[in-house]
Amino acid sequence: KDRMAIERVEMHEMAPEERIKSQRVEVNIGLSKEEAMLEATRCMDCVNPTCMEGCPVSINIPKFIKNIERGDILGAAAVLKETSALPAVCGRVCPQEAQCEARCFYVEKLNLKSVAIGHLERFAADFERESGVISVPELAEPNGVKVAVIGSGPSGLSFAGDMAKSGYDVTVFEALHEIGGVLKYGIPEFRLPNAVVDVEIENLRKMGVKFITNYIVGQTASLDDLKKEGFKAFYVGSGAGLPRFMNIPGENSNGIMSSNEYLTRVNLMGADSEESDTPILRGKNVVVVGGGNTAMDSVRTAKRLGAERAMIVYRRSEEEMPARLEEVHHAKQEGIEFLTLTNPIEYIADDNHRVSQIKVQKMELGEPDASGRRRPIPMEGSEYTIDATVVVVAVGVSPNPLIPNSVEGLEVSKWGTIEVVKDKMQSSIPEVFAGGDIVRGGATVILAMGDGRKAAANMDVYLKEKYLSKKVEL
Amino acid sequence: MNKIVEKENFSEKVVKIVVEAPLIAKARKPGNFVIVRVGEKGERVPFTIAGADIAKGTITIIVQKMGVSSTKLCNLEVGEYITDLVGPLGKPTEIHNVGTVLCSGGGVGVAPLLPIVEAYKKAGNRVITVIAARSKELLILEDEMRKHSDELIVMTDDGSHGRKGLVTEGMEEVIKREKVDECITIGPAIMMKFCSLLTKKYEIPTMASLNSIMVDGTGMCGACRVTVDGKTKFTCVDGPEFDAHKIDFDEMMSRLGGYKEEENDKMDHFQN
Ligand SMILES: Cc1cc2nc3c(=O)[nH]c(=O)nc-3n(C[C@H](O)[C@H](O)[C@H](O)COP(=O)(O)OP(=O)(O)OC[C@H]3O[C@@H](n4cnc5c(N)ncnc54)[C@H](O)[C@@H]3O)c2cc1C
Ligand SMILES: Cc1cc2nc3c(=O)[nH]c(=O)nc-3n(C[C@H](O)[C@H](O)[C@H](O)COP(=O)(O)OP(=O)(O)OC[C@H]3O[C@@H](n4cnc5c(N)ncnc54)[C@H](O)[C@@H]3O)c2cc1C
Ligand code: SF4
Ligand code: SF4
Ligand code: FES
Ligand SMILES: [Mg+2]
Repeated sequence: KDRMAIERVEMHEMAPEERIKSQRVEVNIGLSKEEAMLEATRCMDCVNPTCMEGCPVSINIPKFIKNIERGDILGAAAVLKETSALPAVCGRVCPQEAQCEARCFYVEKLNLKSVAIGHLERFAADFERESGVISVPELAEPNGVKVAVIGSGPSGLSFAGDMAKSGYDVTVFEALHEIGGVLKYGIPEFRLPNAVVDVEIENLRKMGVKFITNYIVGQTASLDDLKKEGFKAFYVGSGAGLPRFMNIPGENSNGIMSSNEYLTRVNLMGADSEESDTPILRGKNVVVVGGGNTAMDSVRTAKRLGAERAMIVYRRSEEEMPARLEEVHHAKQEGIEFLTLTNPIEYIADDNHRVSQIKVQKMELGEPDASGRRRPIPMEGSEYTIDATVVVVAVGVSPNPLIPNSVEGLEVSKWGTIEVVKDKMQSSIPEVFAGGDIVRGGATVILAMGDGRKAAANMDVYLKEKYLSKKVEL
Repeated sequence: MNKIVEKENFSEKVVKIVVEAPLIAKARKPGNFVIVRVGEKGERVPFTIAGADIAKGTITIIVQKMGVSSTKLCNLEVGEYITDLVGPLGKPTEIHNVGTVLCSGGGVGVAPLLPIVEAYKKAGNRVITVIAARSKELLILEDEMRKHSDELIVMTDDGSHGRKGLVTEGMEEVIKREKVDECITIGPAIMMKFCSLLTKKYEIPTMASLNSIMVDGTGMCGACRVTVDGKTKFTCVDGPEFDAHKIDFDEMMSRLGGYKEEENDKMDHFQN
């Protein structure tokens, strides 16, 4: 009962006025061991841990938390690793408040703040990494079967890890010059430092996973070429990298770009630094259109690049915003303005074709739509203009069409996602599996990782049947 | 990392670079391009594949010094490495036997035109090529073009070589003289715009190869968007070649200047 009396731990944060000076300073600082152990005592080790039902990959939450309570942090990290390939990443970027923490006993039954599962997950993973004794998992005897991974985002990485553990000869092909997918080019370092991702990649290397950058499967070589090189099966984790625009007048004016372009220039190409050869547009007034994580990352990036007014323009209300709660909260601390129930309808450019103003319209909420969220309806005569010389469009992404377009016989939905047998992640081509955003459209890191693990388990069965049990010539 | 095996200075501003890239050499088709990055702080910038040698496993790019990134690339010497090189990118040129093809190239745009001229010729077309430059020093690949064309017309703005005048003058002469079934134009945006206006007048189907600003080259960022037939297209995956008569060249030209100030700052920083 005294467990319940303990206040939920607060994450230490860099002061807003300090952190907005750099793109590369992490906002959340982390918990001390004492704080983590105290927070862990709040967990009641429920007989029926509903929190686990809220986690898309069913991490054994009470088990890892009880290890923290005992002070066995490395033990806690080991529990996390049983299920999650990248706990330090998920502890930082999972929408916990909508997943595990939403289903915590404290929330569901006591109407109190949930156990800080995400913070504890991050703590255990960071502790292990910083301790320098990251355990390289035991690997099965090499079986000589070559498998290829297309795309090095969280989905491809988690797949690669599991397959390496099972003894396969794994090569990851990545189109860009960096490994990590959205974890590197999208999510900024103030939320997820590259060093955290790099440690995981290094770990995979130690497990024998090979990485080939600057290699676009379907362009540099085809799937058939790779088959000729001996690859027996493929995992497509090519993501949802195609940015959507709104197709409103003036949208191709200079100064208007997708969040992918904006974030890639800064996060992947380092354009926040003067030393980088890649240019970036800075502006006194910056508008970001959208209400998801990508929009929050873009608008907070704009603030860090020196914008005086960095604004979110979102057509629904704050309640409907798909962004993580923490990001919205941090954005507000940093002085981001939120213009909700507002929708752009036209961009006005100056004589040099550079955007100078956005014409917007006020919206009101009507009946719920297919997504269950109330549909925004334009209000007649409510138009006005906002001054801005940089506009970032963050209204969603579509599946990357490179693989669907280049692999014959691959079944694709009308949205461009690859069709797979659910729970097996196997596509219409038996030796091709797929998961993450290329199957789900834009989703989350943890779901992408979960798919990778599921695909690995099923591909292992498939390959064992086909090549290993029958001792067929390879 | 891709090793530079050969380098030739065409002029003070234009350099030919032959670089090891065996897979790209094998996979590339006329019209494809690559994206390169020089150094850990380097920018991703696109260059058309001007030729390839499958046996040697090399590709050729021809680079004009413009700002920081092209200059850094041109400064690399034989034996040094390009940090990152990815490709082949973009849709290849659609090459058929159509009869007579008029190919026009301006400035460094002559380089990407070369493999296309070769391919048209190989497909059995009569190929007439018009190449143009401001002056003799800036003219490239004249001999190669002559070798692969049925006829070559050379134009310079100042008359220092070939004939004095614009590329469109040479083209119009051909169009007036004989039936042209198809046109392709590669060069500065303003040149392509006028070539397009010319062939529109004569109703000759024309393709133009666009050089929009790019970052990833895989359809991920949308920096390269252009308006074709009233619709937004991504040059890197939907192009780089489009029906010239449907391209909004004015928008395209304004977008090429979208980072002008920032690019100049980068160049100043690099030089000082
Ligand atoms: C800005 C931003 C912020 C986000 N914030 C969060 C968050 O806070 N929490 C959360 O859970 N989710 C977040 N997401 C979503 C999450 O990042 C994605 O759901 C996740 O990254 C999907 O993983 P993936 O492995 O399927 O694909 P990706 O991470 O997209 O990786 C795909 C990789 O495949 C490569 N590729 C594509 N085609 C080929 C090819 N033919 N050959 C070789 N390589 C190829 C791409 O270059 C890319 O590197 C965010 C997304 C963005 C863009
Ligand atoms: C498909 C394609 C093929 C090309 N082929 C060739 C070629 O064969 N030879 C050649 O010399 N040039 C080619 N270019 C143009 C070349 O990419 C640019 O000249 C180069 O990027 C300039 O970079 P910079 O840093 O040196 O100059 P900057 O000073 O940064 O820019 C000079 C001008 O180049 C353009 N530019 C700048 N950055 C980019 C970028 N990332 N992508 C595209 N254009 C940019 C802009 O219009 C800019 O104003 C091609 C471009 C495209 C899109
Ligand atoms: S992976 Fe995400 S959802 Fe699962 S326990 Fe960790 S933070 Fe919660
Ligand atoms: S529901 Fe909450 S209290 Fe119960 S085991 Fe999970 S985290 Fe602990
Ligand atoms: S260069 Fe990024 S989409 Fe074309
Ligand atoms: Mg440049």
